[in-house]
Amino acid sequence: MGRYVIRRLIQAIPVLIGATLLIYALVHYLPGDPVQALAGEKRADPIVADMIREKYHLNDPFLVQYWNYITGVFQGDLGESLTGRPVSEMIGDAFPYTVNLALVAFVIEAVVGVAAGVMAALRKGKFLDQLVLISTLLVISIPVFVTGFVLQLVLGVKLKNDYGIEIFSVSFNEEDGLRAYLLPAFVLASMSLAYVARLTRTSLMETMRADYVRTAVAKGLKRRRVIGRHALRNALIPIVTFLGADLGGLMGGAVITERIFNIHGIGGLLAQSVYQKQGTIIVGVVTLLVLIYLVTTLLVDLLYAVLDPRIRYE
Amino acid sequence: MSDTITKGTEAPSDDNGPKGAAKAQKPERVASLWSDALRDLRRNPVFIIGAVLVFCLLVISAVPQLFTDGSPFEGGACDLANSLKRPSADHWFGFDVQGCDIYTRTIWGARNSVTVGVLTTLTVTVVGSLLGLLAGWKGGIVDSILSRFTEIFFSIPLLLGGMLIMSMLGTGNAYTVSLVMAVLGWPQIFRIMRASVLANKNNDYVMAARALGAGSGRITFRHILPNAIAPVIVVAAISLGVYIGAEAALSYLGIGVQPPQISWGLMISDAQPRFLNAPHVLLFPAAVLSVTVLAFIMLGDAVRDALDPKLR
Repeated sequence: MGRYVIRRLIQAIPVLIGATLLIYALVHYLPGDPVQALAGEKRADPIVADMIREKYHLNDPFLVQYWNYITGVFQGDLGESLTGRPVSEMIGDAFPYTVNLALVAFVIEAVVGVAAGVMAALRKGKFLDQLVLISTLLVISIPVFVTGFVLQLVLGVKLKNDYGIEIFSVSFNEEDGLRAYLLPAFVLASMSLAYVARLTRTSLMETMRADYVRTAVAKGLKRRRVIGRHALRNALIPIVTFLGADLGGLMGGAVITERIFNIHGIGGLLAQSVYQKQGTIIVGVVTLLVLIYLVTTLLVDLLYAVLDPRIRYE
Repeated sequence: MSDTITKGTEAPSDDNGPKGAAKAQKPERVASLWSDALRDLRRNPVFIIGAVLVFCLLVISAVPQLFTDGSPFEGGACDLANSLKRPSADHWFGFDVQGCDIYTRTIWGARNSVTVGVLTTLTVTVVGSLLGLLAGWKGGIVDSILSRFTEIFFSIPLLLGGMLIMSMLGTGNAYTVSLVMAVLGWPQIFRIMRASVLANKNNDYVMAARALGAGSGRITFRHILPNAIAPVIVVAAISLGVYIGAEAALSYLGIGVQPPQISWGLMISDAQPRFLNAPHVLLFPAAVLSVTVLAFIMLGDAVRDALDPKLR
C-alpha cells in the first residue's frame, strides 16, 4: 500500500510537469504584450516597460523562464503577478469561494444522486424509476447556464417577490454563510447529479442480480441490509470513480456558475488573467487544479480497496 | 444515419415468419453483436424519436434557407422598431433586443452547433481510439508513455484550457472551437478504448487468429478493433450532444463562436441581461439547444442499450 502510493506520486510528477509546460507555453505564445496590457489604452512608458521585463525575466528564452518557474513551484513559490502581488496570495483570496462552492455541490451531487439512483433501481420500471430517468435526461440536456438563469429567476426572484420567502439569494452574499452557496451549488451539481443518479441505477440493478445478493436474501437477511451492505457497496465502485473524477471537474466548471451568481472565485480570476496575459497567475491556478485532480484520482484508487476487499495494492 | 436504419429493416425481415420452417431450410443465421443491436434499435422508440430529431437537425443545418424567409445576414434583416417584441403568429419566436427575428436566427444558428458537435466527435473518436488501440495492444513502455501523456490533457479542465487556447488562436468560429474541444476531449475516448482492448486482447479468438498466422496489424484492425469499439461508439454518440452543450457554454463565456456569426450559446448569452423582462429571447434558443442535446443523448442511450447485453 505504502509502496503503491509512492509509485503513484512519482508517476504524477511527469504529468504535473507536462501540464504546466503546456499551459506555460500556451500563455507564452498568447498574442499581445503583457506589459503593454498593464498600461491599458495608453502606450507603455518604454523605460518602465523595460524595467518590468527585466524584473520578471520576460526577455529570457522560453525554456529558461519555464525552468525558473517550475523550480520555484517545487519549492512552494508560485511567483508574482506583474503587479508585484504574490500569486499564492491572489489564489488564496479567490480559492476558498470556489472550494466551498465545489464541496457543497459535491455533497448535493453524491447524496441526492445516489439516493435517486437507489430509489429508481429498486423500483425498476415503476413510476418513480421513469420519473428519475426522464428528469435526469432533461437535466442533462439543458445547458448549465440556462438552468442557472431559470432557477435564479424562479427560486431567487419570484419566490421572494411573490411569496416573501427568501431562502435562496439571487446574487452571492458572503454574509449568508452556507445558505448563499445552496442555489449556485445546486446549479453546478445539477448535471453531474443526473449522471450519478443514472450510474447508480444501472450499477445497482446489475449487482442486484449477482449471486452473492441472492445468497444474502436466501440466508434470510433483511432487505435493508442486503441492499446496504451487499449490493450497494459493490455497486459503488463505478460511482466513486465518477465522483472522484468529477470533483476537479466541479472546480473547473464553477467558472460558469460563479459568473451567473457573481461569486469572485477562481473563474473570475482566471478570465481576468487571460485577458491581461498574466501568465504566472494562469499557470498557478491550473497547476493547483491539476494537483487536485491527481490527488483525487489517487484517493479514488485507494478507496477501491476499501469497497472491494478483493482489490489489493502491493 | 438514415442509411443504417434502412439496412436494419431489410436484413432481419425473415425473423417474423414461421420460425421452425424457415430455420430448417436456411443455414443458421449468424447473429453478431451488430445485427442484434440493429434489430433492437429499429424497435426502440427512443432511438426512432432521437433519429428523427437528428435527421431534421441535419437538414436544417445543411439548408437553413428552406425554413426561413430571409437570411439573418442580409441588410435590413433586423429592425430596431421590433426590439423585444413578443412571439406572434407571423414571428413564432418573437424578436431579440436588436429587433432580429429569433426564429430565423435560431434556424441559421443550427449549423455552427451541428458542425462543432460532429467535427469534435469525429476527431476525438479517431485520435482517441487509434492511440488507445496502440497503448492497449503494445502495452509496456508505449502504454506508460501514452497514458502519462493522456493524463496531461485529461487533467486540464475544459473551460479553463478552452479559455487559454481560444485566446491564443484569436478567432472564434466553429472550426477553432471544435479544435479546442478535440484537444481537451480525446483522452476520454483513449481511456475507454485502451481498457476495452486490454479486456479483449487475451481472448481465445485473438490466440486463434495468431495461430492461423495473422500478423499484428491484421489482428489489431480485423479482430480486436471491431470487438473493442462498441463502448467507444456509445460514449461518442452521447458526447456529441455534450459537445454541442459545451460549445454553447464557451460562447456564453465569450470565448466560443464570435459575432456576427450566430450560435445558440451567443443568443442565450445576449438575452441574459434582459431575461426578467423578455424571457422569450432566452428561452427559445435554449429550448432548441436542449432538444438538440436531448436528441443525441437519446440516440446514444439507445445504442448503449442495444450494444450492452448485460442490461437486458
